[in-house]
Amino acid sequence: MPTATTALPSFDDVIARFDPVMGMEVHVELGTVTKMFCGCSTEFGAEPNTQVCPTCLGLPGSLPVVNRTAVESAMRIGLALNCHIAEYCRFARKNYFYPDMPKNFQISQYDEPIAFDGWTEVTVDTDDGPRVVPIGIERAHMEEDTGKSLHVGGSTGRIHGASHSLLDYNRAGIPLIEIVTKPIEVEAALAPAVARAYVTELRELVRALGVSEARMELGQMRCDANVSLRPRGTTTFGTRSETKNVNSLRSVERAVTYEIRRHAAVLDAGEPVVQETRHWHEDTGETTAGRTKEEAEDYRYFPEPDLVPLAPSREWVEELRGTLPEPPAARRARLQGEWGFTDLEMRDVVNAGAMGLVEETVTAGSDPAGAKKWWLGEIARTANERGAELDQVGITPQQVARVQELIGAGTLNDKLARQVVEGVLAGEGSPDEVIEARGLAVVSDDAALGAAVDDAIAAMPDAAEKVRGGNMGPVGALIGSVMKATQGQADAQRVRELILQRLGE
Amino acid sequence: MSSISRDEVAHLARLARLELEPDELDHLAGQLDQIIGAVGQVSQVAADDIPPTSHALPITNVFRDDVRRPCLSSEAALSGAPEAEEGRFRVPQILGEEQ
Ligand SMILES: [Zn+2]
Repeated sequence: MPTATTALPSFDDVIARFDPVMGMEVHVELGTVTKMFCGCSTEFGAEPNTQVCPTCLGLPGSLPVVNRTAVESAMRIGLALNCHIAEYCRFARKNYFYPDMPKNFQISQYDEPIAFDGWTEVTVDTDDGPRVVPIGIERAHMEEDTGKSLHVGGSTGRIHGASHSLLDYNRAGIPLIEIVTKPIEVEAALAPAVARAYVTELRELVRALGVSEARMELGQMRCDANVSLRPRGTTTFGTRSETKNVNSLRSVERAVTYEIRRHAAVLDAGEPVVQETRHWHEDTGETTAGRTKEEAEDYRYFPEPDLVPLAPSREWVEELRGTLPEPPAARRARLQGEWGFTDLEMRDVVNAGAMGLVEETVTAGSDPAGAKKWWLGEIARTANERGAELDQVGITPQQVARVQELIGAGTLNDKLARQVVEGVLAGEGSPDEVIEARGLAVVSDDAALGAAVDDAIAAMPDAAEKVRGGNMGPVGALIGSVMKATQGQADAQRVRELILQRLGE
Repeated sequence: MSSISRDEVAHLARLARLELEPDELDHLAGQLDQIIGAVGQVSQVAADDIPPTSHALPITNVFRDDVRRPCLSSEAALSGAPEAEEGRFRVPQILGEEQ
């Protein structure tokens, strides 16, 4: 770790002396079929510039038309966050020159967001048990995503040192919802966890709404974290920094921790905190300075003349309210009850982002504990290694349930089941296909096991003699020897019976 | 008194990425001042009960269904670009930071 970090005061030291105020801005890419203002496909991974049209390329004479589903998704997000839905609101032009927006402006909303003044709550662990922290929602507004740039000629694709850049506008115009919190005041010790819990909560919420898959590694959900610090006992808000592009749950927690420590170091040195954007670097775990307030863009927002205002009727709003799923907190409580998990077990499931997967696995026939064991064990480890999300790692809830079913039926023991799951994760096919291909089923037929049992007894005459004499201690060693000889595929229970049969005679 | 200063015109020029000579700034500041003055006459006749108008037509809620429409081919999309590379629009070195 570079010296910059080692020079910072420790987090424990900082939280004893300062209180933070946080603000979170989260962008969610909607999973609509088409873009916000044109009929171009939003599908991920297409060849560059094949999902573009005159509108999203900003060609002269083209005109935007609003996607009804995107507006409904925005309102449903707002309603799920307990927001008011505007009776009247307009889109606005945010003017700036940057090649990722071919129009040289982004259509957004300015002072008339579609949804405003709401709240949600998150649960974090404290030394005194779980604590519910309310989070105020300032607004949720609609805008369009930008294109993707590729910087050429510099090192590692960075913009600095690049000789030129290449633009793909497939993403330009995809609907984005920006969700902004009110200032979050919570004691410093909890701040990083609260930030992470909030982003986790939002991700669950938009997934439950079915409006976005919110896959952070694909940029479908992106987070900016504002942090300011003030010495404990004082009341004036400190100057804030805005850390951009914090794009994983773990990074949210790390970036907030880092910024709290960095602010404290600046304040300790008697220097003023500069209001600026900061860039988060996943590799070093640090932020670096970006634009200062003085250099901040002057976006010259004005009402978008090419789009008529929105005036959602109250009937429409109520109809959408009727489509809201069970709130995440209520769903968590219900599932925890149904599954019989402790608070700690449930927290682990939620923190791993596995609640929906465990639910589907249980629906597919698995017992809850078995489902949890796989998703938080083997599968989570593989997901971690690959830097992928649990649901993208190559095994489905139905497949996990099938493995549990085979364990229940005695076809697999724990060791073999792990190999089956490993095979499925390695892309070798369904559990049954892996069992077939690897020849993994438990061997329980006596003819096949008998020979191995005889061998074990022959190889361990002392142990065998003790058992004959009524000392059951060495049975385990004999079973172990058989299991080893059969590469773990023997039905241990049956092996035990066979050993006792032979030595009891 | 003029309604737009020379400094404000210089600021706008910077935002619009226009490089203006000092005499051009003087010239444009005068012209813009006249334009703003002319538009300002509207404010004088607008009574307090007339809200600022952003849209001339009293229409709201114009939507389209979330249904795909044909896109341009990559060739067509890039046909108007001064330069293209690897199926992408090629632009000169970008100064400043990522947005
Ligand atoms: Zn388009």
